Amino acid sequence: MIEIVRPGALATVQDLGRPGFAHLGVPRSGAADAASLRLANRLVGNPEGAACIEFTLGNAAVRFDAPAWIAVTGAPLDLRLDDRRHGMNAPIQINGGATLNLGIPASGLRSYLAVRGGLTCDETLGSRSTDLLSGLGPKPLAQGDRIPTGATDTPICVDQAPVPSIPDVPILHIVPGPRDDWFDDDALTVLTSEPYTVSQDSNRVGVRLDGPSLVRAREGELSSEGMVTGAVQVPPDGKPIVFLTDHPTTGGYPVIAVVRNRDLPLTAQLRPGGTVRFRQT
Amino acid sequence: MTPRTIRRAGDGGLLIETASLDEAHRLHRALRDAASAGAREGAFSGARDAAFGGVSDIVPGERTVLLVADPDVCDLDQLAKRVATLELGASEAEDAAPVEIPVHYDGADLDEVAELSGLTVREVVERHASAEYSVAYLGFSPGFGYLTGLDEALHVSRRATPRTSVPAGSVAIAGPYTAVYPSPSPGGWRLLGHADLTMWDVHKDPPALLRPGLRVRFVPEATR
Repeated sequence: MIEIVRPGALATVQDLGRPGFAHLGVPRSGAADAASLRLANRLVGNPEGAACIEFTLGNAAVRFDAPAWIAVTGAPLDLRLDDRRHGMNAPIQINGGATLNLGIPASGLRSYLAVRGGLTCDETLGSRSTDLLSGLGPKPLAQGDRIPTGATDTPICVDQAPVPSIPDVPILHIVPGPRDDWFDDDALTVLTSEPYTVSQDSNRVGVRLDGPSLVRAREGELSSEGMVTGAVQVPPDGKPIVFLTDHPTTGGYPVIAVVRNRDLPLTAQLRPGGTVRFRQT
Repeated sequence: MTPRTIRRAGDGGLLIETASLDEAHRLHRALRDAASAGAREGAFSGARDAAFGGVSDIVPGERTVLLVADPDVCDLDQLAKRVATLELGASEAEDAAPVEIPVHYDGADLDEVAELSGLTVREVVERHASAEYSVAYLGFSPGFGYLTGLDEALHVSRRATPRTSVPAGSVAIAGPYTAVYPSPSPGGWRLLGHADLTMWDVHKDPPALLRPGLRVRFVPEATR
């Protein structure tokens, strides 16, 4: 068992989510930065999709009942085991009764804690992920919550994983469409040449952006259609929203472009108040 | 056959356009068959048709079907080629009986809907209960089906201010659609009544009572 001493701004249990149910209105959910979750699991010998804790802006603490192996990945932060400092992206051995303290990340937004054996709270539709849009899965973690952990036989075979740092102004690569024809000819040029600011209203559903409005060429309403993670959806006010993992399965606002799959982890690390740029692939 | 219009939705999605809702449903079924649907398994890992390997979701809309795939596993050019010429089967309406949902017509917005539509409350209920509906698509929340087939006289706008909480089972209308709220949620639709039937249960397989293309009828229950 592990115990949440301090959850920080938002801490949730996440794995790789609930693919396969979107036609029933179920968001995929799962880790917003799935690459960091996979890495954390590999570092402690877990299957890549084992359940971890996703912390938002750190500032959290977790107590371990029993000895454990753990790893923390994602937004880089100060890690202390009782009073000793430890590194990110490496397996860490923990004594029973110890408390792990996570500081506030210097860059990025979401950090992942994997525990060897994985978190083994109950599954909903084959996943332990907290889906904040539809309310599926465990509730966001609160102080005093206790979470069971499992066991694994796979050996730990990595010392430390090299990871690229999160740039000050991340550049997200986009594929135009599927509804770029709903916009002015220069809307894509505006989107790819001007910087956008990440709004404080951003969450696991989407990153809301402030910046130049994207002007529509067509009036009227688009028929509701399926939405992908990374979709840059443009509501009537012209301010784009990039969908993250808890995004609704269908939507009626046109999608001007979609962030390529490889850049989704970086999208999930965009920090409110920060700046982002888009580039066409 | 004219090739279908297929749009890219990033490097991991294909948005296939259809001429009608019925065609969207037939295409959805044909795609699901080709991918050998196994919702419980999550991704279509054991895809019958190799082009569908790496496809995780098949999502119908009003005039589209979206394919979501892992671009590291799936060759989307290959998949688009396969989809462009996929043969469609018959409409679902031809081979499945409608699902009947008993409704207590005691909703909080009945009078308002009567006023907006120029009908009496009784006529509102009669018209809502006499139509045959089809699940256009699901969205908004798990198990929430947008049902088409609503009598045109009942096409009313959403409430100006949405309710912060609409109880599960609420039967409601907005625009050209009617729906049953599968779980409590905020909502701006106008409430006509409630159904006792469970629309959404994560312990069932499938968890949703409704699915795209399914036909639905509402049966009035005696309301005291």
